Amino acid sequence: MKMKTYIARRLGFALFSLIGLSILVFYLARVIPGDPVLMMVPPGTSPKVIEELRHTLGLDKPLYQQYLFWLEDVFRGDLGFSVYTQRSVTNDVLEYLPISLELVVLAALMEIVGSFLLGVLAGMHAYKWPDNLVRIVSYIGISVPAFVWAIIFQLIFALQLSLFPTGGLLDSQYMDIMRARRVTGFTSLDSLIAGRFDAFVNFVWHATLPALALCIGGMAQDARIIRAGMVENKEKEYIAMAKSQGLPQRLVMFKYLLKPSIIPAVTVMGMDIAAMLGNAFLVEKVFMWPGFSQHAIAAMLRSDLNTIVATVIVIGIIFAIVNIITDIMVAYLDPRIRLMEKGE
Amino acid sequence: MTDRPIEIKDLHVGYKTYRGTSKVLNGVHLTVDVGEKIGIIGESGCGKTTTMKTILQILPTNAVIQEGEVHFRSKDVLRMSKNELNELRRKHMAMIFQDPTAALNPVFKIETQLIDIIKSSEEYEGKKKEDFRAKCIRLLKEVALPDPERVLDSYPFQLSGGMRQRVCIAMALATPRYLLIADEPTTNLDVTIQDQVLLLIENIVEKRKLSVILISQALGAVKGFVDKVYVMYAGSTVEVAETKELFSNPLHPYARGLLESTPKLTGGGFSEGIKGRVPDYIDPPSGCRFHPRCNQVLSRCEKEKPPFIDIVRNHGVACWLYHKK
Ligand SMILES: Nc1ncnc2c1ncn2[C@@H]1O[C@H](COP(=O)(O)OP(=O)(O)OP(=O)(O)O)[C@@H](O)[C@H]1O
Ligand SMILES: [Mg+2]
Repeated sequence: MKMKTYIARRLGFALFSLIGLSILVFYLARVIPGDPVLMMVPPGTSPKVIEELRHTLGLDKPLYQQYLFWLEDVFRGDLGFSVYTQRSVTNDVLEYLPISLELVVLAALMEIVGSFLLGVLAGMHAYKWPDNLVRIVSYIGISVPAFVWAIIFQLIFALQLSLFPTGGLLDSQYMDIMRARRVTGFTSLDSLIAGRFDAFVNFVWHATLPALALCIGGMAQDARIIRAGMVENKEKEYIAMAKSQGLPQRLVMFKYLLKPSIIPAVTVMGMDIAAMLGNAFLVEKVFMWPGFSQHAIAAMLRSDLNTIVATVIVIGIIFAIVNIITDIMVAYLDPRIRLMEKGE
Repeated sequence: MTDRPIEIKDLHVGYKTYRGTSKVLNGVHLTVDVGEKIGIIGESGCGKTTTMKTILQILPTNAVIQEGEVHFRSKDVLRMSKNELNELRRKHMAMIFQDPTAALNPVFKIETQLIDIIKSSEEYEGKKKEDFRAKCIRLLKEVALPDPERVLDSYPFQLSGGMRQRVCIAMALATPRYLLIADEPTTNLDVTIQDQVLLLIENIVEKRKLSVILISQALGAVKGFVDKVYVMYAGSTVEVAETKELFSNPLHPYARGLLESTPKLTGGGFSEGIKGRVPDYIDPPSGCRFHPRCNQVLSRCEKEKPPFIDIVRNHGVACWLYHKK
């Protein structure tokens, strides 16, 4: 099918950009810091020893060969040693990344559902009060950055109203339980695997505010796009045509109007969600969420180069994956993109 | 109580725009009797589509119906409930739109769009997917589309303009209705296939014994097909007569100009016979809206709008020239 060609092409693009990213990262990791050998040996080491070390490490090879060696290491999952945690960077990634990812996934789900509901509500009642309400909420949502939302939510819903915890991943009693039951590293999954539904609920309760802070800007923006699409498409001749045929109003609204209206929002939504892991940095900080971003900030402040490199790679890969998923979704929804791709 | 499918009296419809209200329809009269074939002619922008959309209540959201009546079998369409309206659209009338490309939803397959129409009117309990598809194929064959299977599995952008319009005609025929509104069904098509599509519509109307409103700028097509012709200018019905009578004895100066001019093949308008163009509707000319372009203008034309009167039986006109003191 043509969908396959389309997906293959998208994967090709993604691979291409990841290669570009890896070159950038390699530059960051090996070239900018200066001579890695000099940084490894104590001051006053004899030049002969230095040359030998350089040779054994392959650092006397041309730069492109060094790049390939480095890439090989990355593929083997060897991202080097962290001077901050004093262990393999890969271990750190495996420990902290899932915790961030589950926050991002929750935020993404909230963004999708929320923007859809708000956008459709506003679009159905354009220029009436639900629309105006959503408009005001959206403007505020878009104009305030995520970490400010994090602080505001924490102040209001956690400190003032005590509806949610101020931070952390789990209450301490669950923390101990889950530490012993670690399987995937995803607290949500592990708690379900362990059959501890109470721990799962406790996790969601902790994750709600940070996830909301993380997604509210994107949610507001996507709601606006869906709303604008609906208002614009309502005037289209094909809607007049569908109505003229006497189709039930539900069908006209939720099928013939909605589908063309959400397509532009899906693209933007994908970009928002792809950028979430990066945006999570400050939100995690505010909510003391023991995730990857928090860890990466700490590492950065200590100039832990290998961890910084790993962070860039991980964010890049996740960005690429989310983008591919988005492209596939859009192609699935919009036949014109799927079937009219240039060069077919 | 009458069975008359359409009776429009003194319809006024405007559009709200950022410049103010655009007073487009300014007294439209139109009657369609059972089995009658009506033609509407008039320059581009004179409100033909607006009138048709008022009948089906599918006007753009910025439209305002200011006054007038639209009756369907003695019931006022403008006061119908949602359910009554939907029944009217489902069972009694269908419209073929001016631009088939815009009228088809770009993100659904033809099959999906066609089946939803069939489903909305037929009893669909007990019917299987294959039955619907078979019905779709019958319909597409009826509008002479080659390879109906492929058309059903296509999206609108994968079809040619002529094929799209045939699909739209099939949609209009998908359920039994007896008034067909064909709004310039060939204007947006290639010249080479305009005749074919028009012929198709004519055949279907004859075969199914439909009442029809045919809007067209191809005077030839109107002449050979319809029983009665309405001439519209700038939102008003200015003349109506039986086809032969109108073409041999047009009364309104606008109608005369229209008939004298040779319409362009592309249907671009009648501009050659009459100088000037349709007025701006935000601030339309006073009195008879045609007076600035009229070559027989009287002093009262500027001040008062001429009423629509029957001159001889079945030949009406709205023009001060024919108004006896
Ligand atoms: N949504 C709208 N808002 C404002 N003005 C409109 C709108 N729709 C139509 N009009 C205006 O109303 C007038 C009549 O339009 P209409 O489409 O009814 O004309 P028409 O006789 O069908 O012309 P054509 O032969 O070009 O289809 C035009 O001047 C048009 O610009
Ligand atoms: Mg029109």
